[in-house]
Formats: sequence, structure tokens, C-alpha cells
Amino acid sequence: MLRLDGITKIYKVGAFGGRTMTAVDDVSFDLRPGEVVSLIGESGSGKTTIGRMILGLTSPSGGSITLDGARVTPGKAYYRHVQGVFQDPFSCYNPVFKVDRVLQMIKNEYFPGVAASEWEGRITESLKEVRLNPGQVLGKYPHQLSGGQLQRLLIARALLLDLRFLVADEITSMLDASTRIDVLNLLADLKSRGLGVLFVTHDLSLGNYISERAVVLYRGQVVESGPTEMVFGNPLHPYTIKLLSSVPQLTTKWDGASATLRDDGPAAPSTLVEAEPGHLVRQDDAPTRLRSVS
Amino acid sequence: MTAVPARRHEGLYFAIRNGKLLAGLVVLVPLIVLAVAGPMFVEGDPNAYVGIPASSPSAEHWFGTTMFGQDIFAQFLYGMRVTFVVGLLGGGLAAIIGMVIGFTAGYRGGLVDEVLNMLTNIVLVLPALAVLLIVNAYLGIRSVGVQALFIGLTSWPWAARAIRAQTFSLRSRDFVDLARLSGVRTWKIIVREIAPNMSSYLFMTFILLFGGSILIAASLDFIGLGPSQGVSLGLMLNNAARWSALHLGMWWWFVPPGAGITAIVGALYVTNVGLDEVFNPKLREL
Repeated sequence: MLRLDGITKIYKVGAFGGRTMTAVDDVSFDLRPGEVVSLIGESGSGKTTIGRMILGLTSPSGGSITLDGARVTPGKAYYRHVQGVFQDPFSCYNPVFKVDRVLQMIKNEYFPGVAASEWEGRITESLKEVRLNPGQVLGKYPHQLSGGQLQRLLIARALLLDLRFLVADEITSMLDASTRIDVLNLLADLKSRGLGVLFVTHDLSLGNYISERAVVLYRGQVVESGPTEMVFGNPLHPYTIKLLSSVPQLTTKWDGASATLRDDGPAAPSTLVEAEPGHLVRQDDAPTRLRSVS
Repeated sequence: MTAVPARRHEGLYFAIRNGKLLAGLVVLVPLIVLAVAGPMFVEGDPNAYVGIPASSPSAEHWFGTTMFGQDIFAQFLYGMRVTFVVGLLGGGLAAIIGMVIGFTAGYRGGLVDEVLNMLTNIVLVLPALAVLLIVNAYLGIRSVGVQALFIGLTSWPWAARAIRAQTFSLRSRDFVDLARLSGVRTWKIIVREIAPNMSSYLFMTFILLFGGSILIAASLDFIGLGPSQGVSLGLMLNNAARWSALHLGMWWWFVPPGAGITAIVGALYVTNVGLDEVFNPKLREL
């Protein structure tokens, strides 16, 4: 189990780091094998920072991240089990090298002793799992492949390892609708085989589609978390309610008076209260900080 | 599209089909051969007075002679060798220092970057000439090697700054994160992920430093801070200028060294443009 406990990230900003900016504020949740947790929030809510802290790419200012009870130290041993896939597949490949390089790196670092023929078999196997045709993707340059192919190849890369948890940071936001559903179904497939997935997204419908549990972030704090059907079916925090009502529906059109989200002032100190079993909601000092503007 | 390039020799495949690269090398390679092997075929001191002063090119003296009767072809061959040595040593040293400092500062960021940046800026504003005068007065060492060393130690800062800036932007790209997630060590990420993305830029940096070193060496020679013995293309140019070769119509005195420097630096530039196309798959003409 991957567990985040009171994770905080404070950035120094301004000249000589005089001021601070809290990107993530006391966030706790856990990720179990065989489940997808959606981390939902708007731009700047700290969701990507949380993903990067789990992956050890950014070091937390406070709190702890533990894997099976042991404090996480980013390094080869940890990355064998915990991997990430990012938003922009084109940026994940070194443009001057062929895409095979991301797979070769895994071999060089983790499986230097594996024979070339066996390694090729493993690659074929893992490409098959993400429904890619080896002949179509291997030996190509990144700019010769589509976003969906590149993204699936990155998942295949992670599968070459002894993968247990995957941080999927907005992995579908650069893909078109049909490829998106392919990648989502692939994640669901991996989940059913025991992989724990942290699905970072700003898209509520995707979060609802795939995840068992949802964590809603606002300005670096958790405002509501719990099983997806509770958070989405019975949202209790004003922010979640507004967020859910702001999703454009496939069958309705803009009527000029839709709710918009406005926020007033910095986030106030808060505590999470259990509203129903497993369903946590933030109790705000000023619950009307969010209001509807027409 | 022509035949499918073999996997391993893909770079070579595109290299031998790149007109710019070949054109650059066609000029460069003979010049290098001339500089390396040429002096072996000239007997005696290139500064010896061997012919009739100020005679134009002839069968005996291919490039003519100077005001004092020195053979310009012999000077040209020896000068080319010295010029290549100064360019290689000075430019190479500056490029290495600039890369090490630029990559480290750009990749590490934070305090390391602040310190290295400060060092870079200090060296950047050092009055190189004044320092050289002092060094010269105290050490009194005047050889091509020391000259190249001095040029290398004073001309790296702008290269470091440019490389640092590029590294800054490249390190925030996701493929660097992906390499970290693959457990690749930091120096390996710099050398094998970041540097290849700017390989043509790095090569251009070297070429610019190479050309710059040759020119700095020429000006140092002129003010008498160059090697006390021998000959270089810069020294030839400056001698020609000092003895008014242009006004006397002695074109054979200044054209060979001038054309030599121009050919070396120009060919390196053209080679660089060609190499850019070989290194960067997006620029390849298929």
C-alpha cells in the first residue's frame, strides 16, 4: 500500500526566496493495489505536485510517503515498483533518439544481464498488453508516432518492470476521444490485475468512469474524498457541488447563466470530517467562500 | 525515400549523403593534412631569409616572399599548424570548461547555480589583456601552449552562460524525468539525454571558440604578447599590415594567411550546419 501522510509542499518564491507559496497543504490518502484513485482538481490545485512527490521527482517539505509501511527513498529499488506516465507524451521522448530508447533505458538499468532475444520477447509481450504492434512503433522517432501510440508505449515501458503502482498524471488530456477511451480501458485492465493507479485529472467524467475512490483537491487541500459514488452522487462540500454542476453535459447547451467558480482569499485552516463511512468532507470556517456568479 | 538505413550506421548513412557536411570536410581535411604534414616538406626555418625580398609568387617561392625575403609558403604551412594548435587547445579548453560549468549550473540549479553563475560573471568581466600583461611580466613564459591555455581560461564564460540557459529549459522536459524514473544517474542524464539535444549547438560553441581563439591569438601576437618564436597566421597578417603590404601591392603576403583563417573557420561553420542535419532527425531530408 502506498500511503501519503500529511504531505506538504512549500515553494520559496520572489527575490531571494523571501515569500513562500504553499502548493500542497497537509494531504493524506492511500493507494491500494487493484484500485484506481482519482485525484481531481483544477489547474494549480497541486495535483501534479502530489504526483511528482510520490515519484520522488519533487521532494516534499513535510509529511511522509510510505510504501508498505517503509518510508520511500526515491531510487532504483523504488522505481522498480512505482512508475509514472505524464501528460504530454511528445515531451516524454528525447526527440533526437528513437522511441526504443525508453525501453532500452529500462534494460540497461534494471536488466543488464538479460539476453537480447529474451528481452525482445518481453518487449513484444508488454507491447501486446497495451495493444501496440511492435512493427509499427519500434525503430521510429517520436515525431513519427501519434500521441496515443506514444502514451501506450510509455505504459508498456512501465510494465517491463515489476510494477505495483502507477501515477498517471493527466495521461489522457492530450489524446482524442477514441484513443482516450482505449487508454482508460487499458488502465482498468491493469487495475483488474492488481495494479494500483493514481489517476490525476481535471476531468470529472473520466474520474467517475474509472476510479473506485476520488480525492477532490482545491488550492492544495483535500476538500472531499471517499468512494467515487459517494463523492459524485452525494457531494457535500460547496466546491465539489459547484465543480460537478460545472461539467458541460452532452445534451445541454450554454444558456448564458451557468455557474462559474470564483474564489475569495486564501484557503482557511480546515479539518476533514467523516460525513458517512469513508466519505470525508472539509469543514470550512467560511463555508461560503465559494459562490456562484451569474 | 531511398533504401532503409542500417540500424547501427544510421548516423553515417545520413552523414555521407549530406552535401553541407561533405563540402565542409572537403575544405577542412586538406587544410588539416597540410598543417600536419606540410612543414615536413619545408626544410629550414620558415623565418629564414631565403629569397629576393618582396618577390611575387613564382615556381621557386609558390606564395612569393616577404619584404625581407622570407618564403611565405613555408610560413603559411608552419603558421597553419600553430593556428590549429592554438584553436584546438584554446577553443577545446574553453569549450570543456564552459560545458562542465554550464551543464552543472543548469541542471543542479539553486545554490550551485548561484555560485557558478557568479564565477562565470567574474571571469566574464575580467580584463583579459591586463591579466595577461601581469602574467607575462611575472612568469615570462611565451609559448604556443601557454598562449592557448590563457585564451582557454579566459574565453569560456559566455559559452557557460549559453549552455546553462539551454540546460535549464531542457531539464524541465519530461524525458529527463522519465530517465530519472528509470534510475539513470545524474551525469548520465546530462551526457546522454540533455547534451545530444544540443549537440550541434555544442559543436558550434566549439567552432566559435576555435575561431575566436585564432583571432585572439593573432591580436596577442600583434601587441608582442604572443610566442616569442615561430610563426602563426595571425602573426603573418600582422606583419603584412605592419609593413604596409596592402599599400605596396604585395597581396601575396596577406591573402594566404587571411584566406587560411577564413577557410578554416568557414569550413567549420558549414560542417556544423551539416552535422545539425545529421544529429537532428527532424531536419533530415528524406
